[in-house]
Amino acid sequence: SAPAVPAVLKKRLVKLVVNFLFYFRTDEAEPIGALLLEHCKITKEEENVFSISFIEEPERKYCFECATEEQCQEWVEALRRASYEFLRRSLIFYRNEIQKMTGKDPLEQYGISEEARFQLGARRQ
Amino acid sequence: MKLNERSLAFYATCDSPADNSGFLYKRGERHTAYHRRWFVLKGNMLFYFEERDSREPVGVIVLEGCNVELCDSTEGFAFAIHFGGTKSRTYVLAAESQAAMESWVKSLSRASFDYMRLVVRELEKQLQEMSQGLAGGCGGSLEPPGPWKPRERLPALPAVVPKENGCAVWNNALGADRPPDTSGGGGHDEEGSPRPPPLPPRRRVSNGEAASAGAAVAESPSTFCRLHQQYSREVARLRQDWQQRQRGPRP
Repeated sequence: SAPAVPAVLKKRLVKLVVNFLFYFRTDEAEPIGALLLEHCKITKEEENVFSISFIEEPERKYCFECATEEQCQEWVEALRRASYEFLRRSLIFYRNEIQKMTGKDPLEQYGISEEARFQLGARRQ
Repeated sequence: MKLNERSLAFYATCDSPADNSGFLYKRGERHTAYHRRWFVLKGNMLFYFEERDSREPVGVIVLEGCNVELCDSTEGFAFAIHFGGTKSRTYVLAAESQAAMESWVKSLSRASFDYMRLVVRELEKQLQEMSQGLAGGCGGSLEPPGPWKPRERLPALPAVVPKENGCAVWNNALGADRPPDTSGGGGHDEEGSPRPPPLPPRRRVSNGEAASAGAAVAESPSTFCRLHQQYSREVARLRQDWQQRQRGPRP
């Protein structure tokens, strides 16, 4: 796996935790770095390879080569759903579906119905 | 530790709406003086800027695994963001009014990804149960569901296991499912969540390394996708019916 420079591949341990992708040298316990996974695009490249690029610098790709194509697909799927924004949209979607089916707002029991971030018409990126 | 700072700064300053924003006084790390900063909450990240119109944040606090509590302070309207690890700093902030303080404490307490994920999982479960209860099982059923029985009071959402500031403690249980890391090493599934999701039919690494296949985060969006597909079929069928009616009765 290679953060930053496509020409040189370095072996890294990569860990997805909430909306951060941490990467480690394989023998170290502390990460070298992390990528915040908001406003990013995950692209399937050639076999076993995917890349992450960010909206403000789309030509810069962080490339990762996996051991197998299956692994690669798993990562692409997981990373595409990793953002907070994706989670928020899922929440709004489910809330709306439940409300349509039952006429009741399922967020009331949590006391978070009125929060601006959960409103259906909220403009999000 | 390196971070994609440009991306962070972009996220902080782009025009996607903030979940909360305003001036707060922040106590310095070593000294007890407070500095007034402009704070912006987006998702699980609390950014702070020197001025409201600064182009880049001065810093960011990642709100995973934190506790937010009121605290006493000379400054008044003060609250603190605590993290679990021993190496972690506590952030002491003070608002300019009671209302502002309450608003911030509420929004910061609920900002974490883990909290959101718990709520989403709960809603997804409700939706699945409802869909299964309907005749025909289609989410777009035109019959009203049976009489709505109020749900039993749900247990309070479990507290999130504390994590170190900015760096989740990856070799400890996280207290909530998370997507698999497939490069091996570190991490294991925590069974402390109230309803362990069923594992999808994937290969499992059996040597104790991260095998948390099919975390609910992976599951709920695929249900999300399935629901989308169901609805699009429903819409297509309704459109077809409508078009047929428009053409008038057949001879």
